[in-house]
Amino acid sequence: MINIEYYLVLSAAIFCIGVYGVLARRNAILILMSIELMLQAVNINLIAFSTYLIPKGELEEHLGFIFAIFVITIAAAEVGLALGIILRLYRNRASVNVDEVNLMKW
Amino acid sequence: MPEQYSLEYTAVLIITIAGIGMVLAAFFASMILAPRSKSEAKQIPYECGIPPTGQFWAQLHLRYYIFAILFLIFDIEAIFLFPWAIIFRSSGAVIFYEMVLFIAILFFGLVYSWKKGALRWR
Amino acid sequence: MTTVLVFFFILGGMALLGSVGTVASRNVVHAALSLVLALLAVAGLFILLLAEFLAIVQVLIYGGAITIILLFALMLTRTREGPVRLDNAQRRFALIGAGAAFAVLTVVIMVSDWPAPIDNPVRPGFSRISEVLFQQWAIPFEAASLVLLVALIGAIVISRPEKGERD
Repeated sequence: MINIEYYLVLSAAIFCIGVYGVLARRNAILILMSIELMLQAVNINLIAFSTYLIPKGELEEHLGFIFAIFVITIAAAEVGLALGIILRLYRNRASVNVDEVNLMKW
Repeated sequence: MPEQYSLEYTAVLIITIAGIGMVLAAFFASMILAPRSKSEAKQIPYECGIPPTGQFWAQLHLRYYIFAILFLIFDIEAIFLFPWAIIFRSSGAVIFYEMVLFIAILFFGLVYSWKKGALRWR
Repeated sequence: MTTVLVFFFILGGMALLGSVGTVASRNVVHAALSLVLALLAVAGLFILLLAEFLAIVQVLIYGGAITIILLFALMLTRTREGPVRLDNAQRRFALIGAGAAFAVLTVVIMVSDWPAPIDNPVRPGFSRISEVLFQQWAIPFEAASLVLLVALIGAIVISRPEKGERD
């Protein structure tokens, strides 16, 4: 096994690329993809900690795995719902760019 | 890495490389074997003789989205069925009814979309 | 250089390449396909971390379903013809912010003390994970089904045409 720092730095890099995507993109679907990247980084972290840090036979055995399964499940539900909202937005405003959605902006 | 583990995934690795290699070989073979000629007509999306109308980037209808969502939700249900299928015989009735409840809750979603006419193909 | 390290660098490089392609590509479909590359590379990393079940889940749900749905939504929301600006004006600040966050995280990770890697890690059995999932985590599991149900109903309600709206 290699040192855990490799996984943590990679996960930090993917997370920050996702943060950049969320901040810099205009298209709502591309923002959603960047959020997926951030969730991937979180999953790598959870599984790395679960494999490296938790001793076997304790109550928290495989805690990170279970968390990652639920993260993936909730992420799928989130994608379905978010794309429903984006499609509704496209239908009403004929645009999926978040900076053109300023109806409620003060 | 446990010994057995690396051995098993060496097989996966070999199959992956072989798969990528076969696709690349097919592309490469068609690149060197097939005759090529450049013409304007080859750039249009359908080469069927009639000039195409409209745009090549066809707009799908919104109602197909509901089918995609149903696929996503029941894909996740299937994912949870795999670990359950391994252990439900060896460990008690509780786990069996847990999964029955899980499927029942999601089945309600299917009934709802059926009732709302989301499954009707028009 | 152990074999694991070599594979880590290959898969990590693929994941970074895919991530950069997702946030930097000028074509929305190319961005979605780069995301697929990143997701599959992360599935490979899960295998390196002895999480086989998670790798399967990753390929099936992310590589299969979620990517399909994202591509679907891209095809449903055709943007105007001609080159479309995909990035907004705060792009430079976003780059600075994300870079700063990465620098801070890297320093923190490097400075912290981590326990030494285990020499002979035990392969977590498929059935052991299932037992933990269905016994200790039974209630969250049922709650997850409720979340999925609500997401399904919500998506149907939101994306159905309203009364009088052209179908």
